[in-house]
Amino acid sequence: MSREEEIRAGLFDHTLNGHAPEVKALTEEGLKLGMDPMDILFKALIPSLEEVGRRFEKGDFFVPEMLIAARAMQGALVILRPLIAETGAKPVGRYVIGTVKGDIHDIGKNLCVIMLEGAGFEVFDLGVNTPPEKFVAAVQEHQPDVVGFSAFLTTTMPMFKVNIEAITKAGLRDKVHIAVGGAPVTEEYAKHVGADSYAPDASMATRMAKEIVGDRSEGSQGAKALEQAVMKIDETLRKG
Amino acid sequence: METVLRSRTREVVISIDRPFVIIGERINPTGRKVLAAEMKAGRMDRVKADAIAQGAAGAHMLDVNAGIPAIDEPALLVATIKAVSDVSDLPICIDSSVMEALEAALAVYEGKALVNSVTAEDERMDRILPLVKKHGAAVIGMANDETGISMVPEERLAIARRIVDRAADYGIPREDVIIDPIAMTVAADPTCGLITLETMRLIRNELGNNMTCGASNVSFGLPDRATVNAAFLPLAMHAGLTCAITNPLVPEVRRAVLAGDLLLGHDEYAMRWIASYRAEQAAAATK
Repeated sequence: MSREEEIRAGLFDHTLNGHAPEVKALTEEGLKLGMDPMDILFKALIPSLEEVGRRFEKGDFFVPEMLIAARAMQGALVILRPLIAETGAKPVGRYVIGTVKGDIHDIGKNLCVIMLEGAGFEVFDLGVNTPPEKFVAAVQEHQPDVVGFSAFLTTTMPMFKVNIEAITKAGLRDKVHIAVGGAPVTEEYAKHVGADSYAPDASMATRMAKEIVGDRSEGSQGAKALEQAVMKIDETLRKG
Repeated sequence: METVLRSRTREVVISIDRPFVIIGERINPTGRKVLAAEMKAGRMDRVKADAIAQGAAGAHMLDVNAGIPAIDEPALLVATIKAVSDVSDLPICIDSSVMEALEAALAVYEGKALVNSVTAEDERMDRILPLVKKHGAAVIGMANDETGISMVPEERLAIARRIVDRAADYGIPREDVIIDPIAMTVAADPTCGLITLETMRLIRNELGNNMTCGASNVSFGLPDRATVNAAFLPLAMHAGLTCAITNPLVPEVRRAVLAGDLLLGHDEYAMRWIASYRAEQAAAATK
């Protein structure tokens, strides 16, 4: 195994286990050896975070493990960001997400943000207690591939319908895929309110988002999404 | 400060000077698919069985929630409360954020109920508190407002104080406001546990109100939640928590509360602790 292969394997393992210092050191070493920043990102870091997501979906990984893996990856992103930005690469897709009006639960939504950014999406996080008009404005402004609504309470879930109606009224319904999720939400309920898809957890939400935007070439992924990822992951971790 | 809740025939007193009060959390269709399906179909067998089982496991009150998406919640909440009252004489904690459901439930409830819950949002306070007053009920006040949940204990105290003050404006006595200092999972932020405990200490010292919380929240996203929940309860009891919405059917939780009472001097000569031990021994012997 060449040193470059060892570095890729090491980055994968250390990200998976949330070892931030090791991930940072290996990223620096890889760059010194002349490895391509995109190679480090797409052949080691992103696959690792995807593995984190798979394990979380299966119940083998728990919330804190997902958070420290994201934190470890963030350490590498800080270094890679300016290098990838120079190449002018584009994100995988755009995603507007927020917790609905009247609801201030954000753990699940924040996990989605981490996973989506880890997968190369440019994510616009509208935070909690988001009124329908704010979703509409964000869809208008950012023209995302997907808009995701999160609700943790049976009493706030009806906001899905209100949001969808607002988006329809603004003439944007055909322009954006609408995904919903949150503890009490079911596939049946998602259909009932007229959403396009339902995801039971953050990892699934990310996989579905990737399917929605379709597979794109590695070359088109990156820069802006990563720039956002660095800030957003950091912010998310600070907020908890 | 004593908060008194009543069913038609039974009275429960919540106070820092008395044993901890367990409010059984099980009668809640959120995240319980089978229960939700049965309740939706108007079948109350499981609701009744849950009421009986929680009472037998040491619950002093029962939380009743009928929040199922796209359903007539007022009617379902009333039916669920009636079903629970058929088989249990424990006072009820009426759990809904739908005004009409709270109103309907309070109208049929015989006794003094606990309303779960109001936040410090003006709109919520001004709708729910008059209703609480009208029915002579008690209410849980969540220490958050429209800006969300503060991570600063002093701010949560200030928010709690706002609810107590507003309740007083509506003529609700101080003892009938139970504050929820808000427990959040330590899985997302390791400081969450300490922030909640510190908030409890402040509220106990500054306001003196009884306190409750969704104690099972602390372990969300973690494995072996029972052990974490069980460790949290006695810490919280010492910080001023006087009741909790939790699951008495989890042996670790039930035992942690009993042990906490014992260690805090609320179980004279360890009679309840010993009785619980004997009951468990006897149950094991008959298996």
